[in-house]
Amino acid sequence: MSNENFEPRLIAFCCQYCSYSAADLAGSMRLQYPPNVRIVRTPCTGRLEVEFFMKAFERGADGILVAGCLEGGCHFTEGNLLAKGRVGYTRKFLSESGLEAERIRMINISAAGARPFVDYINEMLATLKTLGPSPLKRVGPSTNAENRI
Amino acid sequence: MIVAQRKSIPELVDILKGRKKILLLGCGTCVTVCLAGGEREVSINASALRIASRLKNLDFEIEELTIERQCDNIFIEKAADAIKRNDVVLSLGCGAGVQAIAERYDKPVYAGLDTEFIGILEERATWTEKCIACGKCVLHEYGGICPITRCAKHMLNGPCSGSTEERCEVRADRPCAWQLIYRRLKSIGELDRLKSVKSPKDWSAGIGGGSRVIIREDHRV
Repeated sequence: MSNENFEPRLIAFCCQYCSYSAADLAGSMRLQYPPNVRIVRTPCTGRLEVEFFMKAFERGADGILVAGCLEGGCHFTEGNLLAKGRVGYTRKFLSESGLEAERIRMINISAAGARPFVDYINEMLATLKTLGPSPLKRVGPSTNAENRI
Repeated sequence: MIVAQRKSIPELVDILKGRKKILLLGCGTCVTVCLAGGEREVSINASALRIASRLKNLDFEIEELTIERQCDNIFIEKAADAIKRNDVVLSLGCGAGVQAIAERYDKPVYAGLDTEFIGILEERATWTEKCIACGKCVLHEYGGICPITRCAKHMLNGPCSGSTEERCEVRADRPCAWQLIYRRLKSIGELDRLKSVKSPKDWSAGIGGGSRVIIREDHRV
């Protein structure tokens, strides 16, 4: 698949206290962003484990965005700081395994950050288009597991 | 507890190269607590190895399993079927766990972790070494602070006078054990203990005397 026609599949894990609301607000404000992103609402980014990210990549996700509250503003005090560490740890595993570490990124936005949310999505999609499709994506019809992401 | 650290994925790939059916076996005791070889680490390492395998065409088939304890027969038996189904075992247990599995099954068993030391969780995500299992404990003499483990020069009649601002001269990131010993003995009123000169340690009670075995006749039948 050439990079020009490539439409990345981006998973965005969004904390329900901030970025999920920001995504909702982006909709209310009629802000446009590409439909390549699958938003997964999470109770807090601190709930996300390294396994979740690794499994998503294993099943062919092109990229992952972990969107948590602004540092110091976590509803559960430090969930977003834990997520930051886990994203860093995942990047280490990805590069050791042969995948680009840039395929996962942590961002921090407030519930009012509809515009930054859209900008981050566009930025991440641009990064993924530069990197190209995940080499783990299988050719041919998607499996059930791949359809779920 | 026993503290271990993970080996990198390239190291594991190198160990497993040419193998197909691999059992990634975790341990639910010490290495789970030190975040190196529990169920979660088994899952993360398995995913990373599967990714590496697909990118490098290595053809790994990885099965995941974590048992309660790899150093105990009762628990090892629970992995018997999985061990038989696979060509090799990559153990995420400590060195004792790896050897316990290897002695019981006629399959190659590889160490997926580097076993580091006996230690404690000092603070969140920080483990420190506390004991080298020397076989003849002298902690009562030193206010509960081990000079053999925690002094880089293993001095029984310290200090060495090389410390700077209470930091060890060998490892500046660690406190001087003798500073700690002095403070501790003073606070518990046992400074007198430092007046006697300790004789050289008999290292034959430790690993220097060869691999050790303990037999409790009162528990044998």
